[in-house]
Amino acid sequence: MNEEKTAPMLEVRNLSIQFGGLRAVDGLNLKIEKGSLYGLIGPNGAGKTTVFNMLTGVYKPTTGSVLLDGQNITGKSPVEINRCGIARTFQNIRLFKAMSVLDNVKAGLHNQTKYTTIEGVLRLPRYFKEEKRMNERASELLEVFGLEGEKSQLAQNLPYGKQRKLEIARALATDPKLLLLDEPAAGMNPNETAELMETIRFVREKFDMTILLIEHDMKLVSGICEQITVLNFGQELTQGETSAVLNDPKVVAAYLGE
Amino acid sequence: MRKQTKNNLITFGGTAVLCVLMAVLSGLGVLDNKTNGLLVPIGIYIILAISLNLTVGILGELSLGHAGFMCIGAFVSGTFSLVFQETIQPVWLRFALAMILGGVMAAVFGILIGIPALRLRGDYLAIVTLGFGEIMKSLAMNIYLTADKNGLHFGFTVPPENIDDETKRELLKGPIGMAAPQDTNFWIVLIVLLICLAVLMLFIDSKSGRACMAVRDNYIAAQSVGINVTKYRIMAFVLSAAVAGIAGGLYSHSISLLTARKFDYNLSILILVFVVLGGLGSLRGSIIATIILYALPELFLREAGNLRMLLYAIVLIAMMLWTNAPFCIRLRERIGASAPMQKLKGFLKKDKSAGGAA
Repeated sequence: MNEEKTAPMLEVRNLSIQFGGLRAVDGLNLKIEKGSLYGLIGPNGAGKTTVFNMLTGVYKPTTGSVLLDGQNITGKSPVEINRCGIARTFQNIRLFKAMSVLDNVKAGLHNQTKYTTIEGVLRLPRYFKEEKRMNERASELLEVFGLEGEKSQLAQNLPYGKQRKLEIARALATDPKLLLLDEPAAGMNPNETAELMETIRFVREKFDMTILLIEHDMKLVSGICEQITVLNFGQELTQGETSAVLNDPKVVAAYLGE
Repeated sequence: MRKQTKNNLITFGGTAVLCVLMAVLSGLGVLDNKTNGLLVPIGIYIILAISLNLTVGILGELSLGHAGFMCIGAFVSGTFSLVFQETIQPVWLRFALAMILGGVMAAVFGILIGIPALRLRGDYLAIVTLGFGEIMKSLAMNIYLTADKNGLHFGFTVPPENIDDETKRELLKGPIGMAAPQDTNFWIVLIVLLICLAVLMLFIDSKSGRACMAVRDNYIAAQSVGINVTKYRIMAFVLSAAVAGIAGGLYSHSISLLTARKFDYNLSILILVFVVLGGLGSLRGSIIATIILYALPELFLREAGNLRMLLYAIVLIAMMLWTNAPFCIRLRERIGASAPMQKLKGFLKKDKSAGGAA
């Protein structure tokens, strides 16, 4: 009954961005409740990744505001926004390729590793204590994603599906409140997609995570998203319950043409 | 034990053993003059190579101005030693202070140049650092410093005037250079080398080193996981500069007359060649490449003179082709160039597991 009192995990108000003469995103509103799984879909070029880039501070929005858990994070830098609690994955995988799988996750744990550079170089006790703690934390995360066997491999040598998983593990390592997944199933076969759906569900349960994802795979979207927003040409086409939205003639038209 | 720790220990131990061995051989008088004379410069070049590897290999930024930082370290520490030659005793204290001051000044310049330059990446940064190196060289060539009973007299492009002739001591003589006290010997180089090597290894194998490598591998992803990209880029760059400054300090105290002309573009490239041939990001590789590339030509190709630079270039090109050209990759696969090592590794592993079972 008192739903009104708690702020939503993410609230986006009238978000727009202009690149020269092009308004890539125009007046977007989003409200994502804590613990929900929200989908952002739309045809190619609709501005979905641009929305992610604004939410994570890569682009500064021209107008509008972004509130994370009630806190205004509009215009902050990507690093600050990550510290506020948003972590993301990328459409074209961006791993630390020449580093081991374990080190990729430990890089994600960077801000939770509480020792200074001096302490690290002098190998003071805190270094060993923290490194041990981080190794354990990273191993736990890798275990969740079934990557514990590949710990010491280089990230670039992992098969595609596992690279996607490692990217999610790395994002989760930053201990976020909100996880943004940019086309997590891109390039996966149906089996891998099904497995990924399980993983995403599991992550939400286990980490009590709020997830916003961009996806083209309708099976994945209808399978796990509770609510979705459809973007077309930078504007919101419609939003609401997944099944209702996907059957909306407007949405079908946007995807298939009229 | 972790693989990284093991690797580091092997590199450090190997370097220490080799250095001590050479120092002892040299002390016993077994080595001929030529080899003896090479020990100190090789040690100094190793320090330069491993420090540049931090910028190029770990941070992934091409810096062509490493000689500039070495130049700062050399002139600052040399000047310090000359000015306080009589006042600060014992010698080792003055020398240690000179080294530290050289390193600190190089680090200060590292910060000054790093803050604006590290906004750039790739080729642009390379050009800025290249310019920086040349500017440092030109500055050092134009500074005059003379001491007399009234104190120090400074001149830029022209020697200072009104000097008391009787107590006159020319410390810096512009393009002619300076003659710092020759305090460096191989034992000192050895100690400084091992300290620098240890510091760089420990830095790389900590969260700061991981952050630098994350920035190298993917700048945007590093930001997205909350790594302060600017901070770690400057940190690695400055550490690299400081170590180069210390190497410069050792250098200026090891030769009879130091001229700034030495610290030109060719020197920066030479160090870069050591790093690239040794393998980006591999300190051990840098050490081995420096020893081979510096010692071999000195010992066997002295007569070749300037042809050496040509030789380096050819070796570098050949190496790049060997590792990257599709034809060479196929050729390597066919003749199994990397197979012997793998076979050996597999054999050792089998042996170990068999031993464990028994």
